[in-house]
Amino acid sequence: MNPSITKSGHLRSPFRIFIGRMIHNRIAITGGLILFILYTLALFGSFIAPYEPKAPRTGTPHHPPAKIHFVDTKGNFHIRPFIYKTELKDVRRRTYIEDRNTRYPIRFFVRGESYFLWWIFECETHLFGISHGISEKTNEPVMTNEINPTPSIYLLGSDGLGRDIFSRLLSGAKISLSIGLIGILITMTLGLLIGGISGYFGGVTDTLLMRFVELMMSIPGLYLILALRTALSESNPTLSFVFGLEDGEPLHPGHIYVLIVVILGLVGWGGTARVIRGMVIALRKLDYISAARSLGASDLRIITRHLLPNTMTYVIIAATLSIPGYILGEVALSFLNVGINEPHASWGNMLQEAHKSLSFVKYPWLLAPGFLIFITVFAFNFLGDGIRDALDPKHLE
Amino acid sequence: MHLFRFIIHRVLHAIPILIGVSIVTFYLINQSPGNYLSSMKLDPRLSDEFIIQEEKRLGLDKPWHLSYLYWIRGVIWGDNAAWTAPWKKGGCLNFGYSFAHNKPVFDVLGDRACNTLLIAFCAMLFAWLVAIPLGIIAGAKQYSAMDKIASSVSFLGLSVPDVFLALLAIYFAKVTGWFPAGGLIDIRNWDEMSGFQRMCDRIHHLVLPTFVLGSAMTATLMRHMRGQILDVLRSDFIRTARAKGLDQRIVLFRHAIRNAINPLITILGYNISGLLSGAFLVEVVMSLPGLGRTTIQAFFEKDLFLVTGSVLLATFMLVVGNLIADILLAISDPRITFQKTEE
Repeated sequence: MNPSITKSGHLRSPFRIFIGRMIHNRIAITGGLILFILYTLALFGSFIAPYEPKAPRTGTPHHPPAKIHFVDTKGNFHIRPFIYKTELKDVRRRTYIEDRNTRYPIRFFVRGESYFLWWIFECETHLFGISHGISEKTNEPVMTNEINPTPSIYLLGSDGLGRDIFSRLLSGAKISLSIGLIGILITMTLGLLIGGISGYFGGVTDTLLMRFVELMMSIPGLYLILALRTALSESNPTLSFVFGLEDGEPLHPGHIYVLIVVILGLVGWGGTARVIRGMVIALRKLDYISAARSLGASDLRIITRHLLPNTMTYVIIAATLSIPGYILGEVALSFLNVGINEPHASWGNMLQEAHKSLSFVKYPWLLAPGFLIFITVFAFNFLGDGIRDALDPKHLE
Repeated sequence: MHLFRFIIHRVLHAIPILIGVSIVTFYLINQSPGNYLSSMKLDPRLSDEFIIQEEKRLGLDKPWHLSYLYWIRGVIWGDNAAWTAPWKKGGCLNFGYSFAHNKPVFDVLGDRACNTLLIAFCAMLFAWLVAIPLGIIAGAKQYSAMDKIASSVSFLGLSVPDVFLALLAIYFAKVTGWFPAGGLIDIRNWDEMSGFQRMCDRIHHLVLPTFVLGSAMTATLMRHMRGQILDVLRSDFIRTARAKGLDQRIVLFRHAIRNAINPLITILGYNISGLLSGAFLVEVVMSLPGLGRTTIQAFFEKDLFLVTGSVLLATFMLVVGNLIADILLAISDPRITFQKTEE
């Protein structure tokens, strides 16, 4: 059966064909679903996170991931999982001992530290947390106060400053996941425009632009990123001017974020521009372009409305498959000490913290951001492969 | 003869690129605030005169385009600028003098580059030795258990970030104690070792970096090899060969593989560029004394000539890598010629 015709004999739009193929592609669906979950987690991160991600928390350095119990000391089973309070017994070896006298059930919608959701709404309710304990002997509620504080639940353990890794992961997800999207937007816009101009006009413009692209592409990526980051660092007069800073005023974390995104976006557009140029050269000789020109369309209109939409298939696939590169670029910059600064969390700087003095060997839960990066990259590769299968006109049904 | 002319053409083409790269690097480093002496200026024990004198000696008092011209003169004629005595000794191709290491850039980068190349070469060898046979098996027996396992593992390998894999490798090394967790040689016992022991020690240190760096490449190569084999096995000449009654093995080894492997050689060139960038980070994470670590240090110390030298060297390796890939392709595939064709 011809996939482009519906049962009732109507023609299907290319978009409908694409959606139909995507739904039947299990790999693409899996990838898309994982990404949807990850981005939702990042979006509601401050609500889902039980604790503030930046402030050091005393008394719980390198706390191992919380042991979640269902069965208490008497052997009774509880549907609501609970934890025991832990106490730091040996600071140097970071050994914690559970106090099994009181169990602390994990509850939903617990009041805790106040935070801002999306920088606007001030809230105190967290998705989950610990409010009060229940005595193991009497089964009566144990109220917590200053002498007997509520224990913290570290789902994925805590780092060297006692901060909850789970909360930091969610906070870092905002940075790490958005860098990919914004970075690819910059790259693709530049690549499309410059590739389009170069291919459409040809001649000297083309030669000059393509020589420049060649120059950029012949420097290994990380060297170029590092050189740009060195040039655009603290107290660079031009940079201070752009961000409106006083002389010698340090860059704000937000500025560093913008800087990293822009640098990563600026490095990658060469390859895209080259491919787009090739496609445009092939397209510009077609009749409909001559028709547009004879109708008096401007060059810019021909490029943006007639030529570039024809390259979209390539752009969508290339974009999906190259987003992981930006996430890894942020990690690389963190490892070179020029990434997002502490105390702000990003997946890269969390890994870099773990790598410092090899603390992850003793406390392997510090590697959690690495797994998350892996899952994200994996999901993007899945999705990209699926889209490629669905968009490929030579695709066999 | 065409091949020879092609090589000459490519080498000539590379020269303006290398010059451009050096200008860009020079410019970017000079754009960043401060120079090598900035940290010294904050030291109250050093007098201002000393700083000025040093600035003059190192040529940091000049605007960037002037010092670039001096530098490029040194690269071409050897005698690199008049302001420092040690440079006068250098012959041709004097890439300047590293401030921090107090040695000519060439000497600093020499053994570092050798280490990087060694790691990259091992990774490449590993990847090809593992990926090609696996890809052939997976392609020749499509949808078999072997194919499914190999394909899933390669998809995983493609998604594991180098850095994370390096961290896992260190974790593995530390927990089991089977492999050293960093460095390329055992520095403490190096002097007492015999030649054979030294070789074993080197190999022992190379195992993990090779695996870390080679795994992503293995995954890509395997996927390509599998796809190629599948494509070729569907083509007409394979059907003809089978129809002639040729043995399956001969069809696969003599007809299919020879044709399937050509496109992979183009990937070799891309591999080299990926390896250089990948090695950069893996060197930092696994503390290997390669180009990457030296370059980062040079960037942060604003060691101008060392930075330029190392970026140039990396670019040069990239260009050479692509050239080698093209030449290999020409040798392996007689259909490819290097005559100029109309666009």
